[in-house]
Parts: sequence; C-alpha cells; structure tokens
Amino acid sequence: METIPSTTPVWIILTSSIAALLVLLLGRWPNVRESCIFAAALIKLALLLSLTPDVLEGKQYEFEVIELLPNAPFAFRIDALGLLFALVSVSLWIPTTVFSMGFLRPLKRHAQTRFFFFFAIAISSAVGVAFSANLLTLFIFYEVLSLSTYPLVTHHQDDDAIKGGRKYLTYLLGTSVGLALPAMIIVYQKTGNLDFASGGVFLEETSPILLIVLLLMFLYGFAKAGLMPFHAWLPGAMVAPAPVSALLHAVAVVKVGVFSIIRVLTGIFGVDLLANAPLLSTTVCVLASITLIVASLIALTQDNIKSRLAYSTIGQLSYIILGVGLATESAITGAALHIPMHAFGKITLFLCAGAIYQACGAKCISEIHGLGHRFPLTMTAFFIGSLCVIGLPPTGGFISKWYLLNGSLDSGQQWAFAVFLTSSLLNAAYFLPIVYKAFFATPTDLDRLERAKEPPRLTIMPLFITTTGCVLLFFFSGKLLQFANRFAELCMNP
Amino acid sequence: MTDQLPILVILGPLLGAVFAALGGWFRPKSSHPLVIIGLVLSFVAALKLVFTVADTGAQKYWLGGWGSKPGYGVVGIQITVDHLNTLLLAAVSGIALLTALYTKRLVDTELAGRQRYFYALFSLLVTGLLGITITGDIFNLYVFMEIAALSSYALIAYGKGRAYMAAFNYLIMGTMGACLYLLGVGFVFAKSGTLNVDDISIILPTLGQSQAVFVGFALILLGAWAKMALFPFHGWLPNAYTYSPTAGAAILAPLATKVAVYAMLRIMLTVYSVDYILNSPSIQSIALGLSTIAIVVGSFFSLSQTNLKKIASYFVVSEIGYMVGGAWLANKPGLTGAMYHVVADAAMTSALFMAIGCIAYRLGQSKLDGLKGVFFKMPVTMAAFVFTMAALIGVPPTCGFFSKWYLIQGAVQAGVWHFVIALLISSLVKAIILFRIVEIGYNRVPHPAVDGNPAIPCNEAPLGMLIPTVAMALGLVAIGLATSPLVNTIIAKALPATLTP
Repeated sequence: METIPSTTPVWIILTSSIAALLVLLLGRWPNVRESCIFAAALIKLALLLSLTPDVLEGKQYEFEVIELLPNAPFAFRIDALGLLFALVSVSLWIPTTVFSMGFLRPLKRHAQTRFFFFFAIAISSAVGVAFSANLLTLFIFYEVLSLSTYPLVTHHQDDDAIKGGRKYLTYLLGTSVGLALPAMIIVYQKTGNLDFASGGVFLEETSPILLIVLLLMFLYGFAKAGLMPFHAWLPGAMVAPAPVSALLHAVAVVKVGVFSIIRVLTGIFGVDLLANAPLLSTTVCVLASITLIVASLIALTQDNIKSRLAYSTIGQLSYIILGVGLATESAITGAALHIPMHAFGKITLFLCAGAIYQACGAKCISEIHGLGHRFPLTMTAFFIGSLCVIGLPPTGGFISKWYLLNGSLDSGQQWAFAVFLTSSLLNAAYFLPIVYKAFFATPTDLDRLERAKEPPRLTIMPLFITTTGCVLLFFFSGKLLQFANRFAELCMNP
Repeated sequence: MTDQLPILVILGPLLGAVFAALGGWFRPKSSHPLVIIGLVLSFVAALKLVFTVADTGAQKYWLGGWGSKPGYGVVGIQITVDHLNTLLLAAVSGIALLTALYTKRLVDTELAGRQRYFYALFSLLVTGLLGITITGDIFNLYVFMEIAALSSYALIAYGKGRAYMAAFNYLIMGTMGACLYLLGVGFVFAKSGTLNVDDISIILPTLGQSQAVFVGFALILLGAWAKMALFPFHGWLPNAYTYSPTAGAAILAPLATKVAVYAMLRIMLTVYSVDYILNSPSIQSIALGLSTIAIVVGSFFSLSQTNLKKIASYFVVSEIGYMVGGAWLANKPGLTGAMYHVVADAAMTSALFMAIGCIAYRLGQSKLDGLKGVFFKMPVTMAAFVFTMAALIGVPPTCGFFSKWYLIQGAVQAGVWHFVIALLISSLVKAIILFRIVEIGYNRVPHPAVDGNPAIPCNEAPLGMLIPTVAMALGLVAIGLATSPLVNTIIAKALPATLTP
C-alpha cells in the first residue's frame, strides 16, 4: 500500500478551527461571521475532494505531528473510510449552517457567536477523529468533541438544558474515561501498538477472556455510538437547538462513536481475529442486535418528534456496528455505506423537525395531526427522509441495507438477516404514520392550523438540498461504493 | 562559571531572602524586586542545568571544595544535579518566579505593610524547597526541610481567622514528620557511617539483611509521608492551604508537597534501591493501599466542599496518592509516571491556585455560591481555570493526561487494579466539579447578551496576576506536548538500570 507524506490532513482540520477563531473575533457582524463559516466549509470540502482520486486508488496520506508516547505519536492518516466520513460531515455542515441562520436569527436566539464557534470546533474534532492514525490521536479528538458540544447541548441554559447537559457529560465522559481509556492503556501495555494500519495488534496467544473484556470496554467506552444501555444521553441531548440535533446528534457526534468502534474492531482487533474467534464476533452482533430492536420498539412509543428520531438514530447506529461485527466483506461495505446514507436521511428528518417547530410551534406528533397541507414541502421532505432511513428505493438507504443484508447471509450468523428485516419493518412502523397523520388525520388544534405556514426560505433550502441528496445517493451510489469497497478490501487484507 | 551553576540555584533565593528583609527595612518597595532578581538567577541556572544534565550527565558539586579530596568525605557537603532532580529544580524555581510576579498585587492588598516579611519568607521557603531537591546528603535534606517548613508555618499564620490554628496543626504534624525522618537518618548513619547519598548507596547493599537499616527506611518513609500529607497524615493540609493568605497558598500548594514526594523518590531510588523495595513487599502493599485510599478520599472530600480553595486543597491530597502509588508500583511506567507527575502536578496545582487567587481577589471570596456569572465577569481567568481543570481531569493533550497514562500503564503492568480504578474515579470527580462550576458560573445566569437581561460588566483580574495565570495554564499544554522528549532524554535515564521494561 502506498503512503503519501503530506501536511494536508492538518490543514483540513485547521480550516474549521481557524474559522472558529474568526467567528469569535467577528461575532459582532453576523453576516461576516457566517461568511467565514461558509468559506471554511467550502475550502475544507475542496481540500477533501482533491484527495479523493488518490485515496480511491488505494493510496493513503500520512503525517506525524509529534511523538506523544513511544510508538504512539499524534499522527494522521487518511484512508477511504476516514475520507468518506469527513466528506459526509463537512458537506452536511454547509446546509446545516444555512439552516442555523434561518433557525436562530428570526427567533433572536442568544449567544449565536458562541453557538457557531463551538459548532466549528466540533466539526474540526469530528474530522480529526476521521483522520486519526492511531487510537491515542482518535481518543484526543473524541474528548475534544465531547467537551466542545457541551455548550451546544446546554445552549438554552434553562433547567432542561442543564439537566440534559449533565446527562450528556456523565455518559460520554464517564464511559470514555472509565472504560475506553483504561482499555486503550491495557492494549498499549500488552502490545505497545495502537496503530490502526496493522489490521490487528494482538498476538496469537492473547487470552480470550482479556480480549472479550477489552471488546466490551471499547464497545461501551465509546458511548457516542449509543449502544444500550449507554444510550440515554442521546434523547437527553435533544434539548439542544434543532441544527445541533441535526448535524451533531444525527451525523457528527454519533457517527464519531460508531467510527471509533469500527476503527477498534478493524484496526485493533482486526477482521481476521473477529472472523476466527466466533465469541468476539457473536458478542458484537448480539449486543448490536438487541440495541437495534429495542431502540426501534422504544421509538414507536415516543410522541415527541425529536425523541422518536433520537431512538431511531440509536437503532440505526447499531446497524453499522452489526455490519462490522459480521466481519464479511459485503457487510463491512454496507456498514461503511450506511454512514453517509443514514447521515443524509437522518439530517433531513431532524431539519424537518426543526422546520415543523418553526412552522407551527409543534414538538410532538400528536400536535401536527392534519397540518401537513399547510407546509407540504416540509412534510414531503420528511417522507423522503423516512424512506432513506427505512431503506426503501429510490433513496440511498436502500443501497447500504442491500449490502448489509447480503453480508449477513455470507457470514456465519444468518439470524442477523432476520434482525435487519424486522428492524426495517419497525422503522416503517414508526416513521410512516407521522406522514400519514400529518396529511390525512383530522386537525385537533384549530388555532395551530390557523398559524401554521411553510417556514422561511433559509430553512427550506437546506431541507431541499439534503432531500435531493437522499435521492441522488440512490442513483449515483457508485462513487460512495468505491470508498466503501476500498475500505472493506483493506480490512480483509491488511 | 558553569561548574558553579548548582550552588547558584539555591544561592539566588537565599540571598534574595536576606536582602529582601534588610532592604525592605530601608525601602519597603525594594523587597519584591530583590526577591525577583534572586529567583531569576536561580531559574536561569536551573534551566541551564537541565540542558547540561541532558547532554553530559549528573553534576556533582562539593560545597567549599570540602570532600572533593580523599579523606574529607565525611565533612564535605555535596550537592547533586542529576536526571532525577533537574526537572524538578527547573519547575520549582520557574513556578516560584511566576508566583512571585503573580503575588505582587495580592500581597499589597492582603498583607499591606508586611510585604518585606512575606517576601523574605517566600524566598526562604523557595530556598528550602530547592535545597531539599538539590542536596546529595540526607542530613542536609533534613536541614532544608526545616528551613522550608518553618517559613511555611509563618506564611500560613499570616492568614486571617482560623489560620493560626491551621498553622499550629501543620506545625505539630510537620515537626513529627521531621523528627521521624531525622530518627531514620540516625539509624542509617549508625549503620553506614556516612550521610552522603552516593556513599550510602554503595555501603547499604554490603550490610545484608539489617533490621536497623530497615527500621531507618520505614522511619524516613513515615517522615516523608507526614510531610507530603499522604493519607492518613493529610489532616493538616486542607485547612492550612485554605486559610493561609492567597499568596501563600499559591506558592505552598504546588511545591511543598511535591518536593516531599521527590525526597521520598530520592530515598527509594538512590539511597536504597528498587530491589530493596521489591524485597519488602509488605511496605509496598501498604504504600499502594494508602495511595489508593488517598486518591479516593481526597476526591470524595473535594466533592463535598463548598469553597474553591478547599476543593483545590483536597485535589492536592488526592494527587499525592497518584505520585506515591506510581513510585511504589516500582516498575518502569509507574516510576516514569510518578516522576513526570511531580513536575506536571506542580504546574497544574500552581495554575489552579493562581486562577482561584484571581477569582478570590476580584470577588472577595471563593465560595461556590458566590461564583454566579463569574464566567462573564472574568472570562480570561475562567478560561485558564477551565483549562487547568481539564489538565487535572486528564484531557489530552495536557500534561495531566500523560501522567495518568503512565501511572495506569504501570498499574496494569503490576496488576494493581484498585489503583487503576482510583485514578479513574479521581478523574471523573474532577470532571463533575468542573461542570458544577460551569453550571453555577455560566449556565445559571440569564445570558447578558440578550435584551432585557441584566448586564454583567467584565471585571478581569489585574494584568500582573492574569498574565502569570494564563502563562501557567498554557504551560500545561506545552509540558504535555513535550512529554516524549522529557521522558526520553531525562526521566528514562533517572530510572534504575535494573528495572525490567
């Protein structure tokens, strides 16, 4: 495998950090402030795209900044999966910023500069996680992400927000410091290697009990992935403003959790080990399946739109973990593909939830009965987003589920096939009634019906972009598939 | 000139103390700059020594030339700068210098009219601490210990209210510790016939399994533990640091206990040896048990406090557990962690007490309830405070993360799981405290930028205090990023060669 030494990864990460500083300095002029963000996002996107051809050919960009511990430097490496994740986060950052402007400005929200500042820092650290060459670097960015999103979760600064923020930190810091950190140190102590490139650092004679303990510590230690029972922070974090829920708690933060688990499973444990030690693979699959089904069942019971979406996210994240746990080439391809597919679908849904709130002040499903025809664009976008998350054509979600289902048949754990299908049915069961009731149920609240109207253009535009994205991903999935294939190949033959 | 550097390190603050007391008599304002000059001299010499030691190895210096010739060894007093103490020397003199700059405004308001006494004592305390660190003679170590201790009793007693009682408690405990230490030195001297560290380390192994040598070891350890406030000898510390003048706590808290830990390391590694420790497993398990309890007790007590200064004092109690535990793991990562943490924790505690000092200076108090809106009043100070707390929690890439890393790695290697759990608990408790303060100081106040909410005017600490605080907080990241060179070029060489990797 060819590696290219290059400082580009550092610059890509720094662009949004520099933007964050500019935001802080130029906070007095909102238009200038937001222009900085757009400029940074576009530069970042351009830099990422410029790397695409090389990465798709199988080359990797590497850069070591400084040696922190012997054999564990602060270093970056861009491979197909990292680039894919970074592309998704950054490209969705642009519509989310537009949405934030449309969402925050008319409501005269306080502390917008703080909001945009921490948002940019969060994006930087998400991309940092994507580019980390080893577990130590990944952990550093993981923690920065936890801390930088706290001010966003507690943005409203009321009792609910403070409570949600407490829960957020307790879960995320508690698990990462209490489980992931010691697990990482034990790996370092036993093997002296934290690099992802080797495709498995453990020696043959490592005791299976130690392996299973470490596996559990990592799975639960990266609680951003929302594996049950460490999932409760995500519904709690829904007190955040809609754009935060949309980009961070449907894409960046939660995917960072899943991404970390993928890295640990493929880079630290290694696909070989997972495939050859059925106990490890089964543990991952069973834990992910339980989360998948239970989260979907809980989602059915939620009346608050954002809570329902949050539980849906918890379930969908476990699709990805289950895919990697199956440890076959097409399951891993599916898991990698599910990152962008679910990201586009879920961000659309969250933006819709924000738009619905703006359109008629409703936070619950029972409040929008019969109001759909007052804001048809928003509800149509919601419908298409739902299709993407359920995994129905013509949306991107279909492609990733296809590969996941294929992969489950290839593997030794065919029961996972049934789990995927059951969950898809449940997804349909909790999403489609929302659309149905919004359009066809009898309106209960006539006052609200009077007031309800399509939200302003700044809110609708990003919705349009992400919805189109969902559909385009179905028709033009080839490029993404190349990324996913490249990563899966690398995992199978490190 | 360069071969005189070791003595300059202690001569600077010693002369500073004398001149501050004398000069202050004639011109009260002159005491502060005089002390600063002495500390600058000391810091420059210590810094130069770090590089010299890294390049050429240990520097031995015979005071007055005595003892350099054969036959004078018993009389001569040696001072030694080697890989074990050079970093701490630089840290102590550097932190002392920054703290001296920082305390100017505090002392002018808190101790008006008594500045020259304060600065003379301050400089004398630093002399004592540097002396403990640099000496190569176990009796001299006792002498410097007393110099440091006597000046700190006086510094603490300058506080208001319960300060006298706190200083008295400290005096009782400190004197007991010093007595035990001296008694232990007596045993060692009786058996080996010398006080010089290098000589003792050659003679002791020839004595075989000697009860007297073991008792001497145990007594010296008890003395050092009492001095460093290891659980259960920690009772004096929280009150002493809470009720002393803010300026006094700013120099005492970061340095006094850390230097005592260094003394313990010196005795463990170069007077006795790692093999000796590993052959006395009973002491090892007691020390590890006490460290774990110290960390847990310190953490939980800090959680129940309502005064920032007291919270920070209990942090000191738990951090002592980190270092003692790391040292007694007696393996490579554990000892590396302990040595690294002595320096890192000195810097972290210093930054913490500086930030708290800024808050106390502006708000007039340091109770948690009184912190409402403090993030808007003092944004820069609070940024430094959050940074420092992040380092204490162990957020990478600050130095706190790496010391924790090495300590946990050492504990994993030795299989001491209770120590691992204690370290993690301590991190989480500090995180809880940080976010409790963020909630009180930031989230619980109506945001002043919104129309209709009361404005909170920005009222930062004076620049003279703010700049050292911010510099110290940034230093925490610098130390963290320099971990690899520090460990490779200096700390790794201080480890005994017999250790298994």
